[in-house]
Amino acid sequence: MFVLDFEKPLQEIEEQIANLRRMAEERGIDVLNEIEQLEKKKDEILKREFENLSIDKIIKIARHPNRPYTLDFVNYIVDDFTEVHGDRRFADDKAIVTGFGYIDNQRVAIIGHQKGKNTKDNLYRNFGMANPEGYRKSQRVMKLAEKFNMPIVTFVDTPGAYPGIGAEERGQSEAIASNLKLMFELEVPIVVIITGEGGSGGALAIASGDKIGMLEFAIYGVISPEGCSSILWRDTEHSIDAAKAMRITAKDLFELGVIDEIIKEPLGGAHRNYEETAKNIKDFILRSFNELIPLPKRKLKKKRWEKWRKMTTQFL
Amino acid sequence: MGLFRKKKKETNKWVKCKRCNETFYIEELQQNYWICPNCGNYFRVSAKERIKLTADEGTFKEFDSRITTKDPLNFVDLKPYKDRIKDAIAKTGIKEAVVNGTCTIDGEPCVLSVMDFSFLGGSMGYATGEKLIRAVERAMRLRIGLVIISASGGARMQEGILSLMQMERVSAALSLLDKQGLPYISVLTDPTTGGVAASFAMLGDVIIAEPKALIGFAGPRVIEQTIGKGLPEGFQRSEFLLEKGFIDVIVERKDIPKYIGKFLRYFSNNVKK
Repeated sequence: MFVLDFEKPLQEIEEQIANLRRMAEERGIDVLNEIEQLEKKKDEILKREFENLSIDKIIKIARHPNRPYTLDFVNYIVDDFTEVHGDRRFADDKAIVTGFGYIDNQRVAIIGHQKGKNTKDNLYRNFGMANPEGYRKSQRVMKLAEKFNMPIVTFVDTPGAYPGIGAEERGQSEAIASNLKLMFELEVPIVVIITGEGGSGGALAIASGDKIGMLEFAIYGVISPEGCSSILWRDTEHSIDAAKAMRITAKDLFELGVIDEIIKEPLGGAHRNYEETAKNIKDFILRSFNELIPLPKRKLKKKRWEKWRKMTTQFL
Repeated sequence: MGLFRKKKKETNKWVKCKRCNETFYIEELQQNYWICPNCGNYFRVSAKERIKLTADEGTFKEFDSRITTKDPLNFVDLKPYKDRIKDAIAKTGIKEAVVNGTCTIDGEPCVLSVMDFSFLGGSMGYATGEKLIRAVERAMRLRIGLVIISASGGARMQEGILSLMQMERVSAALSLLDKQGLPYISVLTDPTTGGVAASFAMLGDVIIAEPKALIGFAGPRVIEQTIGKGLPEGFQRSEFLLEKGFIDVIVERKDIPKYIGKFLRYFSNNVKK
């Protein structure tokens, strides 16, 4: 279990509680009072530390190694899920998972970035950084979703599209660009959830939807804070300044009119309670479905164009 | 300071080639399409010069020239973004990184949008995106083709997420143009990278590129840092993209109008000679 520095006091208390429980079981001592005290203390720390998280902590939580990823959400939200593989052109990209299943009896297509939980897993998943074939696999699945008239749900969590020689040779730009165009054209509803790191074009490539929700401690930006710092400040020391200046939190993006809803996380972050996080996401998906699925195709497309046509024009 | 400025102004008549270090008189370069007479290096050209090189003489009518960015995030890095905008406007004489107009090219009427690399690296902000969308809308209204000449490092960092959203906005608008059966010719010049490459620049019905232009998603330095080794010769240049199948044709600068005209004619519904 990975623990961030500012999570340590919490972890200590959690250990103490676990120890007390064990003692109570082993020796039959009544420690209910002590446990209650500790639980109270834990809640206080949680409140104090997490209610007004500073940007550096939000970034750490968004990138927390224990954060739930697409397959975790699928596990809690999607029934009878079957993953499908490959772009039929070059390869199967493990950084993006795609598949079909049901959410409350509604047939759905699922597309999402997948990071690993440990080094080995992360190497397999390329740290959630997709190559062109990942985006082309998602195009294939989106077209299937349209053909069989099912809504699409995407989960977005990537440091960015992979910057490698092979990625350029196989047309990373074209892959992302054609995703952007396709997602606008599809005649089925698209619901997007930014769940962790929304890393620039590599995120946007599967993040253009009719409804865009964002987890409370997720981040989403045009470039990573580190990348922005090294280009604009010409050093690596200013990533927090860059993060603040670029406005990358869910609250920022909601204020800027870029996302439709902030999805609540459990106190302390999504990694502390997958089930509750998934429940909140499912709630957002179902509400979006209720609004979007009854719309005639033409109306859906018209609303989608209005959404994008209007976005950011308030600053003109 | 005053003396320095004066001196700079005088030397402005002369331009040095970055590749061969040879110095040339501006007019000489202009007559040579901003290509180094000594080594053949393609100079980057401003939007104004590019329009002169592309549109039939006297036909370009600019529109939406007053749209400009207003620094919506109050962004400050080493220098306030507001100052950067002011400097860019003073330096280039234009208000955004793209210039829109209607014109004829090789006799064919079209909407022409030209990006200017000297305006904040040709970066795409929300006002740039808005201008591009309006260019698409103008083409649809007039029922003529659209030509976008790109020169851009990508999305503009100082506008954060707002600039990222332009990638989707412009791509969406182009999809509408597509559905109306109107042609979109994308011309890539040095450099076309990042969020511009990964959106409208790669969405042309046909994609023309100038020789040796840098075209790609990630910048070469980022790739080098990621993979920890050097990049092969010619990587991410026009010739490389042609070889890999991502652009249609590489065209010398002086012939670009002719090629745009050809494609506009191939793709037009009107019967042409």
